[in-house]
Amino acid sequence: MSEEIKVKTMEEFMAQGTQPEILFWVGSAGSYDDRAKKISRAFVKILNRAGVEFAVLGPEESCTGDVAKRAGNEFLFQMQAMMNIEVLNGYEIKRIVTCDPHSFNTLKNEYPGLGGHYDVVHHTQYIKELIDNGRLSIEGKVYKEKRITFHDPCYLGRANSVFDAPRDVLKKTNADIVEMKRHKKTALCCGAGGAQMFKEPEKGDMDINVLRTKDALETNPNIIATGCPYCNTMMTDGIKAHEKEDSVTVLDVAELIANSI
Amino acid sequence: MEYLPNILFTIALIVGIGFFARNVRKLSRNIKLGKNVDVSNDRPQRWKNMAKIALGQTKMVVRPIAGLMHIIVYVGFVIINLEVLEIILDGILGTHRVFAPLGALYDFLIGSFEVLAFMVIIAVVIFWVRRNIIKLKRFIKPEMEGWPKKDGNMILYIELVLMFLFLTMNATDFQLQQMDVAHYTKAGAFPISQFIAPLFENMSASNLILVERTAWWLHILGILAFLNYLYYSKHLHILLAFPNTYYGKLKPQGQFNNVEAVTNEVKLMMDPSADPFAAPVEDAPDPEKFGASDVMDLNWVQLLNAYTCTECGRCTSECPANQTGKKLSPRKIMMDTRDRLEDVGKNIDANKGTFVPDGKQLLGDYISHEELWACTTCNACVEACPVSIDPLSIIMEMRRFLVMEQSAAPTELNNMMSNIENNGAPWPYNQMDRLNWVNE
Repeated sequence: MSEEIKVKTMEEFMAQGTQPEILFWVGSAGSYDDRAKKISRAFVKILNRAGVEFAVLGPEESCTGDVAKRAGNEFLFQMQAMMNIEVLNGYEIKRIVTCDPHSFNTLKNEYPGLGGHYDVVHHTQYIKELIDNGRLSIEGKVYKEKRITFHDPCYLGRANSVFDAPRDVLKKTNADIVEMKRHKKTALCCGAGGAQMFKEPEKGDMDINVLRTKDALETNPNIIATGCPYCNTMMTDGIKAHEKEDSVTVLDVAELIANSI
Repeated sequence: MEYLPNILFTIALIVGIGFFARNVRKLSRNIKLGKNVDVSNDRPQRWKNMAKIALGQTKMVVRPIAGLMHIIVYVGFVIINLEVLEIILDGILGTHRVFAPLGALYDFLIGSFEVLAFMVIIAVVIFWVRRNIIKLKRFIKPEMEGWPKKDGNMILYIELVLMFLFLTMNATDFQLQQMDVAHYTKAGAFPISQFIAPLFENMSASNLILVERTAWWLHILGILAFLNYLYYSKHLHILLAFPNTYYGKLKPQGQFNNVEAVTNEVKLMMDPSADPFAAPVEDAPDPEKFGASDVMDLNWVQLLNAYTCTECGRCTSECPANQTGKKLSPRKIMMDTRDRLEDVGKNIDANKGTFVPDGKQLLGDYISHEELWACTTCNACVEACPVSIDPLSIIMEMRRFLVMEQSAAPTELNNMMSNIENNGAPWPYNQMDRLNWVNE
């Protein structure tokens, strides 16, 4: 997506003496990972199109510490959290949107105990809100008659019971939404959670992402939709393991919507 | 001599319940070895959860066959206690069918007990077949070898015997009633045992009484024995499922607790006015241990979880790591925690009330590092548990110990964590480049 996108930092809003509607928490993956950067850009395209006044922290954003916490390093997590909270509270941030369910969970559930109280929403929830408020209209052509299956990220679904928003949004593309046998509460992990993303898996007979991709492929999809940058990587690798990269693509909900507006 | 049975019965009852009370005390002492945790909040929600999950069995029926069978055995167990109450009163007072004056209601009750007993027999047979003939995958995992397997089957055998004794007791009673034998008042309805009754058709009254009394005594003694078997068995869940669902996690599954001791340290570290070279206060308490390496480091709800686990393996069969052949089994985490807690309890008993270090601990001697690092923290095990057990919280506490007390994380994770420390991201990129994605 080489289309021009407009992004302002919190610092710029501050300099102008205005407050944005929302803060877009980009997250480390969304900032640095080549695949996830495309998701960030797609989401910004949506925000630009809907005319949302949003800000990012840019260089003032730091890792939420979620991955350190799940690895067991509570020290590092709390240091990161307190630094981030200082920045967020300094800017008097009220509402945060993020494309990363791990950041979503940590900011929403674990930061309040350390003094950070925000209204945190996942980008699929926010896109739904934009559609419901009539700020965003979807042209349901591109994916008409395509089969899309949605993989529930553990930290959005089971961990926080957000199951409907991504599905409601996907329906707007007019695609055929097909469910895997295990979905919603019983969805299988992509294999990246709990800091697994950053290490080799323990010895076993299969990698988790390969098994999860098998679940998805059983629905015979054209597209596997994800709502998490880590799931996206894991499912993309899974497709390669099943040698299906020619017939199946893995796209974030934000990308599917950005392509449909 | 006339009162001998009453006296013997009362003694048996007192001994049976006395032993049970002793076991309950031990159980409660062991659970209290855990750290304190505040679970006094949101009582209405807690009661609701208990009513729904333990009493209402809502999570059992997620798997319909096992769920339905379980409900039959569960209802059978609960209802049959009314019958046990009558048996106890009869035993103490020397009466027979003391509730018989209830008339039609009594007939209905006895009839429904019989139907339930029959359904329980069917359910127990199906359970046995699933374990021993079909060999469902979740029942033949490595942690189920030996005692856990025996325990599972033993419970089924005991239930089967108890139900047969109950029906035999009724069948002979039915015959005695027909013969107008004194003491055997005409009462009750026998929709199931009437089919066993013909077996006893040509027996003399005295032999019938012998069989009836034997079945009656074995039935109640069996129940007392079973009550005392509970403590040594996974079957403890029939009692602990209730408190366990009451104290179960109320927060979103993804929300892990923020360790308070760490918060204090981090605040001190980040406080610019704190003197880093200040001498420690003389009588300061020992610095708190971060995470858990043994059962005493876990909180008492986690220990209650361990005693509540009935080893059904729904957690393990949903675990993504286990499904892909890794060593982690959430059920084993719970069983290990219980085994360790039992060993610690025995150690305390043997050493007159104090724990003498035995050179062992939960981490390493019972649960391996490999198991802990295989967890994706996906919460599938927590979701799957029919009685609100949280194996993930124990895994997390032990990871915390490994990382914060022992710096024993896998190398790649150490790299990831030092990247976060230095660059504010799990990857080694410059924090000033955080906005580069906009112009790419």
